[in-house]
Amino acid sequence: MALTRSRKTTPARTRGRAAKLARERRTTPQPKPPIVALRDATVVYPGGHVALERVSLEIERGEFAFVVGPTGCGKSTLIKMLIREIQPASGKVLIAGRDINELPASKVPLLRRRIGTIFQDFKLLPNRTVYDNVAYALQVIGASRAEIRRKTPEIIRLVGLQSKIHNYPDQLSGGEQQRVSIARAFVNHPPLLLADEPTGNLDPETSIGIMQLLYRINRTGTTVLVVTHDREMVDKMRRRVIALEDGRLIRDERAGGYHDESTREFAARVRHELGVPGDQPE
Amino acid sequence: MTRLLFFVSEAFRALRRSAAPSIAAIVTIVVTTLLLGVLIPVLKASEDKTADVREQIGLNVYLYDDASKAEIEALERKLLAIEHVEAVEFISKDKAAKILAGRLEGDLRESLKELNSNPLPASFAIDIDDPENLRAVSNAIAPVGSDGKPQPISPAIEEVRDARQDATKITRVTGAVTVVLGILAVLLLVASLLLVGNTIRLSIYARRREVEVMRLVGATNWFIRWPFIIEGVIVGLTGAAIAVAILWLGKVTVVDPLSESFALVDNFSTMGFTPLVITLVASATIVSALGSGITLRRFLRV
Ligand SMILES: Nc1ncnc2c1ncn2[C@@H]1O[C@H](COP(=O)(O)OP(=O)(O)O)[C@@H](O)[C@H]1O
Ligand SMILES: [Mg+2]
Repeated sequence: MALTRSRKTTPARTRGRAAKLARERRTTPQPKPPIVALRDATVVYPGGHVALERVSLEIERGEFAFVVGPTGCGKSTLIKMLIREIQPASGKVLIAGRDINELPASKVPLLRRRIGTIFQDFKLLPNRTVYDNVAYALQVIGASRAEIRRKTPEIIRLVGLQSKIHNYPDQLSGGEQQRVSIARAFVNHPPLLLADEPTGNLDPETSIGIMQLLYRINRTGTTVLVVTHDREMVDKMRRRVIALEDGRLIRDERAGGYHDESTREFAARVRHELGVPGDQPE
Repeated sequence: MTRLLFFVSEAFRALRRSAAPSIAAIVTIVVTTLLLGVLIPVLKASEDKTADVREQIGLNVYLYDDASKAEIEALERKLLAIEHVEAVEFISKDKAAKILAGRLEGDLRESLKELNSNPLPASFAIDIDDPENLRAVSNAIAPVGSDGKPQPISPAIEEVRDARQDATKITRVTGAVTVVLGILAVLLLVASLLLVGNTIRLSIYARRREVEVMRLVGATNWFIRWPFIIEGVIVGLTGAAIAVAILWLGKVTVVDPLSESFALVDNFSTMGFTPLVITLVASATIVSALGSGITLRRFLRV
């Protein structure tokens, strides 16, 4: 019915063009730009220290990638550059195809809401409980109270902190604060999650727990970029590894083979390979 | 609406947490508002007094009670003919009594009515084009005779009086007082601005890490700023309210009883209490809200 009516009213010329457009869209699908792309990005700190030097890389949507390198090689600088906490002296930082350093300052908060960041020093609000810290990320985007009341406990349960929901950050262990940071970073379900040393200073079992959590998040479709200096853990994970040294990208390896394992299989394998005892897969 | 509630609850959370700086800011506002609350009415009163005195510059020609109607009419014509005289108004004994009654209140007015006779003389009130010409006009009405005594142009004239000497003195004094009080008020305002700004800056400085974190998780500048501004408004309102309460107490216990017995004190409450309160509360609130807003700018450049 609708089709015949539209045929009567639509001029032939318009119809032809629309059909052509549709055909083109089908035959040559527009490739989505990579979620992260660096082009010769160089960061120089005040004082002249070159923290990153001509770093170029691309990260595709849905990837789980590691950035490794010794302390002081510029890993945190890389993360800060991706959320425009610092700006490169030269080169480009593209997020979903857009040069973030050309955004007006007023749009920067919108960028940061689309990127969940787990900071090396957690950056929790000290005078807020676990619940309020996580809820803040929702309040910032103008979520309704009902939404906040529904989503906040849900994500806190996901990171396993439901028993500490009303604790303040200084009443939590490092690993627990880490998990609050993860919950806050992920509560908005951002398409990109950046984690700066999420397992730093944690015992192996807790580290595996957190990696497992990040892996689970990645399986929901979120791109996850994890920064760490824990080479051993990374080697066992068998994911893409981007290695930095003295601010330069020295290696970028894509390891395949394990992309379809379940979270449980993943955790069990990593535990096994690291020699950490824990629940084995049934 | 949800937003506003959130901002207000954030502001109260911050106030509770940093109680000491908040109290310091409130006390600062109380003190400056109190001083302003005393200064503004005084300043206003001295200004009114100056205007009052300026208007009064002119001459009064007082007449003998037994002056005849013809004499009075002849005198009026003569007065109008004098150079620099702009207007002449005859004030009869009755009118003089009425004017006086209008100035008096309560008991005094009653006692005036009880007087059987009217002690006030009739007079001419003379307006002069310029205060400079006062002496010349006065001389034209009562030229000094050969014996050194004034020889009035009419036998009906008892006395010619001008308020000039007193008036200039009062003008000069009130003028100086106005300038001094004005400078004081401005200094006070500047000092309070700096003090409140500094207090608020300290409390924000203590929270700069928090502001930085808020920025990094995607809060817009205004989302961060509103709670701080509302906090400033709460501090300003509280401080102003306390100051106004103290002022009101002072008015009821000191100024009002005094003004009942002395007409002079009454003169000083020239500014209504309500407009004064509105001025004080509004300025205290604006100062502290602006103080928070401006201070925050520095920390929002992440
Ligand atoms: N704000 C800063 N000012 C100057 N130098 C800095 C600053 N932050 C980091 N650096 C330097 O830049 C280098 C890289 O730092 P960072 O990215 O934090 O290293 P990491 O790989 O350990 O995270 C280090 O040598 C560090 O000293
Ligand atoms: Mg680091």
